[in-house]
Amino acid sequence: MKWFRGGGIAGFIIRRVLLGVLVLFLVSAIVFLSTQALGDPARAILGRDATPDRLAALQKQLNLDSSKLAQYFQWLGGLLHLDLGTSLASSQPVTEVLGDRLVNSAVLVVLAAVISVPISIAIGSYAALRREKIFDTVSSNLMLVLAALPEFVVALLLVILLSFNVFHVFPPTSPVPVGTKPWDYPDELVLPVTTLVIAVAPYVSRIMRASMIEVLESDYVEMARLKGLPERTVLVRHALPNAIGPVFQVIAINLAYLAGGVVVIEAVFNYPGIGLALVDAVTNHDIPVVQALAMLIAAVYVVLNLLADVATILVTPRLRTRL
Amino acid sequence: MTIETAPAKAEGVDTPTPAVRSTTLLARSLRLWRTRIGAVLGLILVLIAIVGPLVAPHASDEFITKPFSSGAASGTMFGTDYLGYDVLSRFLYGGRSILVIAVISTAIGVTLGVVIGLVAAYARNSLDDVLMRLMDVIMAFPQIMLALVAVSLVGAKNWVIIVAIALTTAPRVARVARGAAQPVVERDFIGATEAMGMSRIRILSGELLPNILGPMMVETTLRLTYSISVISALAFLGLAANPDAPNWGTMIQKNQGALSYQPWGALLPIMAIALLTMSTGLIGDGIARTAAGIDRERGDE
Amino acid sequence: MTTDQLPDLEAASTRDPAAVTVRNLQIETNSGVGVVTDLSFEISAGEVLGVVGESGSGKTTVGLSLLGHARRGLRIAGGTVMLGDQNILGMSDADLRRLRGSLVSYVPQDPASSLNPALRIGVQLREVLEAHGSRNNAENDARIAEMMREVALSDDPAYLKRYPHQLSGGQQQRVGLAMAFANRPRLIVLDEPTTGLDVTTQSTVLATVRDLAVAHDVAALYVTHDLAVVAAVATRVAVMYSGRIVELGPADELFESSAHPYTRRLVGAIPRLTGGRSLVGIPGHAPSPSKRPEGCSFAPRCRLRIDECEVAVPAPVEVKPGHSARCIRAHEVVRVEQAGLGDPVDLPPSETEAPVLTLDNVVAHYGPIEVLHSISLTLEHRECLAIVGESGSGKTTTARAIAGLHHDWTGSIRLGDAELATAARSRSTDVRRQIQYIFQNPYGSLNPRKTVGETVGQPLSVFGIASGREAETRVGEMLEQVSLSAGYARRYPDQLSGGERQRVAIARALISSPSILVCDEVTSALDVSVQAAIVELLGTLQRELGLSMVFVTHNLPLVRSIAQKVAVLADGYIVEYGRTAGMLANPQQEYTRHLISDTPSLETATGDVPATAVPADRKPTV
Repeated sequence: MKWFRGGGIAGFIIRRVLLGVLVLFLVSAIVFLSTQALGDPARAILGRDATPDRLAALQKQLNLDSSKLAQYFQWLGGLLHLDLGTSLASSQPVTEVLGDRLVNSAVLVVLAAVISVPISIAIGSYAALRREKIFDTVSSNLMLVLAALPEFVVALLLVILLSFNVFHVFPPTSPVPVGTKPWDYPDELVLPVTTLVIAVAPYVSRIMRASMIEVLESDYVEMARLKGLPERTVLVRHALPNAIGPVFQVIAINLAYLAGGVVVIEAVFNYPGIGLALVDAVTNHDIPVVQALAMLIAAVYVVLNLLADVATILVTPRLRTRL
Repeated sequence: MTIETAPAKAEGVDTPTPAVRSTTLLARSLRLWRTRIGAVLGLILVLIAIVGPLVAPHASDEFITKPFSSGAASGTMFGTDYLGYDVLSRFLYGGRSILVIAVISTAIGVTLGVVIGLVAAYARNSLDDVLMRLMDVIMAFPQIMLALVAVSLVGAKNWVIIVAIALTTAPRVARVARGAAQPVVERDFIGATEAMGMSRIRILSGELLPNILGPMMVETTLRLTYSISVISALAFLGLAANPDAPNWGTMIQKNQGALSYQPWGALLPIMAIALLTMSTGLIGDGIARTAAGIDRERGDE
Repeated sequence: MTTDQLPDLEAASTRDPAAVTVRNLQIETNSGVGVVTDLSFEISAGEVLGVVGESGSGKTTVGLSLLGHARRGLRIAGGTVMLGDQNILGMSDADLRRLRGSLVSYVPQDPASSLNPALRIGVQLREVLEAHGSRNNAENDARIAEMMREVALSDDPAYLKRYPHQLSGGQQQRVGLAMAFANRPRLIVLDEPTTGLDVTTQSTVLATVRDLAVAHDVAALYVTHDLAVVAAVATRVAVMYSGRIVELGPADELFESSAHPYTRRLVGAIPRLTGGRSLVGIPGHAPSPSKRPEGCSFAPRCRLRIDECEVAVPAPVEVKPGHSARCIRAHEVVRVEQAGLGDPVDLPPSETEAPVLTLDNVVAHYGPIEVLHSISLTLEHRECLAIVGESGSGKTTTARAIAGLHHDWTGSIRLGDAELATAARSRSTDVRRQIQYIFQNPYGSLNPRKTVGETVGQPLSVFGIASGREAETRVGEMLEQVSLSAGYARRYPDQLSGGERQRVAIARALISSPSILVCDEVTSALDVSVQAAIVELLGTLQRELGLSMVFVTHNLPLVRSIAQKVAVLADGYIVEYGRTAGMLANPQQEYTRHLISDTPSLETATGDVPATAVPADRKPTV
């Protein structure tokens, strides 16, 4: 298995990808188990209307009469062909139901990421440089408070502040009509994206600050200063590359978290994305949709983590040369 | 020829009475303003949540007048809600379920997580790898997603929510517990107990656990904050156990539409949840800073 | 090396003017507590001034202040540091930046952490040139190649592409030296640059420092806690205690006839290669900056103190030209015969009944790597066996295998007749009780959340020996036996000094009445004076309680005072094994000979013992 252990960066990436695939397999098993294998989905769907006939019919429709294992592989096979099944609520292919909504949510998440990450890194670094001075105290306490608040509370407070009771700037809901693109309605995007940014920024800026402080107090930064290097060189060449390593992991975790946070935000703003789709699917016991969304979000998480690991390795020569 | 005048003193023989051990981490952290503010706020809100029902002016299902009337029009302090019930009374009733579920699920999740984290950190071998992969798999789902999936399967029952949150809390706590325990496991006093042949359980509970109490306390407050957040969000999404029972989350959802003219129905619970989560956050941060300060003191050897 | 072989430093020190003059240096914490007080000294060009002190003396702080730098929480409160006609302490930030790395440079203690792990060493070398001079690439390339040759590293450009973690400790430190000498500074501050390096590497680095200093006419300040190292590298020495210089003078005068009681005791605490003498430590410990007493800070621990000592801080008294000490009895002190410190140790011959511990063909692994290759040793009753080696020699692995802390070994370890299982947990309670282990790091070997009493009493409960009232009593007795009062039982480790903690660890080990004590570098993390006290204690206890002891250390002279037999390890093999006195006087193996000659010691530095010449073909491989 020597090839498995060697191979430099390429080998490392391959190993992590394989590991990610393994995790996804396990996740798929869990998703399947929890939605279809435990309990009787047909009964859950029909609820009080569960007469024996109807149960039998529905079970046939859902292929529940074959063995659990067969069902699992059937579903898995479909997944790999990007056939996500048929939605029970709308009788349409899941891919159609989710297609547009996926784009909508993706727009929110990407915008939030692109805005929050640079801002957080900047805030965190500056706070570390001016440690315990005004900017640091104010920003750290602000981040603390923002981190504690649930996203929907932040969303609603923003609505109250900017839509209703104080200013009347942005629309309180963002119901982008079906078939249109979200970027055609920029002012409907402002509040949801701001909420997402506020959900993520405190964590990234906190870790950046902590990492930067540790680096600024390190022996090698002290040494760089004692060599008489200009302060800018010290910060840019010595401090920053070492400080940014731990931050990648946190960014990945938080972006993956957005995938979940987006659920609640979309509910507040009535935004037609996968979050709202998930809530609807849950309320309607629309199992294929729930399964598809669960796998999707898990896949996003795994991919983001992989990217974060690779990025960390690239910035840390010590780990690179060990491969 | 000796010029010595004073007798030799062995180290430590003539030392005065032992110094007073400074009080526990919690007590010390209460000296910080932020912890105090957090504690007071938290106490107030917990009181509201728990004692609220006893002091509510009306019953939680007592019809007052038409829905969304203002305070003046309905003779109440904060007006009526979407069903015509008294906002203040429903608000006073509405915190209990959230708080109780949050505390129980956090307690279970933290306990589970600490055990797994400690075992993984001490094992240092394939058991550690396996456990952490398992935790990774569970962590692939955002907390709220897993709760949604669970609810979609079984229904929005209280025990389902508790299990879902406990199950998603545990791996996150395990990760932190493991991270805190790993450096301790490397230290020689653990080696000393191993050389004595102390049982593993005794080492984990008697030697390791007391040394990660600080980070665990902080993590617990953090997890409590999240649990409250997720539970109220679930209620907000319409997934509380009993949709008509008074609940801060459902109150926000149902009264949201009237925000522009009768905001209290949503505003009161919004503020309550905001202040509650802020208080747990402040307490956690206060403990974290105190622990860091103590580490710095000790580090000046 | 004899003084004949040292470059002509004597002449250098009489050159004037002094390259660096420090007057009344005062460094305080941000809350006004004095850390360094009223410090004054001079260094001439080409001279190395050694600054010696134990932990808490303030020596590192002094070193950094010569670059106008103070660490977080400290500030330079007063005094002047004159470099030529400029006062470093009065400079603006911009001027300081120009000064650092070009006129004054710094060699830090830990080379691994002071090189940026994310940058190649070539980059880090180049930037010190670029910051202070030309950006001409060709010129700088040539300079860098020259710098590398000066410190005996490869000048191949491919080598410069390495990252710090791809170099050994010695190589990293030499990169640090190259950076410091690059711009031909007038003053270099070296902060314990050889701590943590192997003895062989250490002697090479010291030689490089000496040669470069003389060759480039640089004034050097060498900060260290190790008197023997100072003797090897410095012409003049300043001894610091509790933030002040308590003695200042030429090195050999200082060692042969110290004028301050502290210096005297410090010299007596240093292990000697020749003639077994017991080590005499200094009881108590240095006061922390906020708890310094009125009057002389050393008075509480001084055997020569009189009432006057506690009235005011003594001013420097000149006992000879260029040699002064802060002691009102300095003139008396300097006249006392120095050499008679410590009683000659008469180590009882070990009994030759059946050995209490036998190692037979022990082979140990760390994962796939074999770290011990067939080790065979015996330990007799009432004997102390020292295992000596440099880092990576396998000495700690051997100790841990004996105690069952390292599981991955084959071969046979017998306690009396009984074969021992590889892991401690698999051994019987009685066996575990009989073999006790003391760790190197006193700061990690005690559970910070348990009181001293609980920790010391732990073996009693684990082995089921005693509990409750009886256990308490035993704990109290044991604490007294290690010279700590019984009242210590209620304290927590963070309230104790390093030496006190190590005594607690000894108490914990001895309370279950073991027959074998394994000591793993138990003094390496302690100050010299405390080290001596602990070794003293261990020796006494071993003889009183009739214990057998395995004493692991890298410090060869130390074993003379405590061990009857010694085994020298290198790279997992036993190089030499025999009686201590004989081996140290007449080493058979070449490795042992070089180990002895490379170890800095007062005797070789002051010319008492002729050192063996290092053969020219033994180039450093690190």
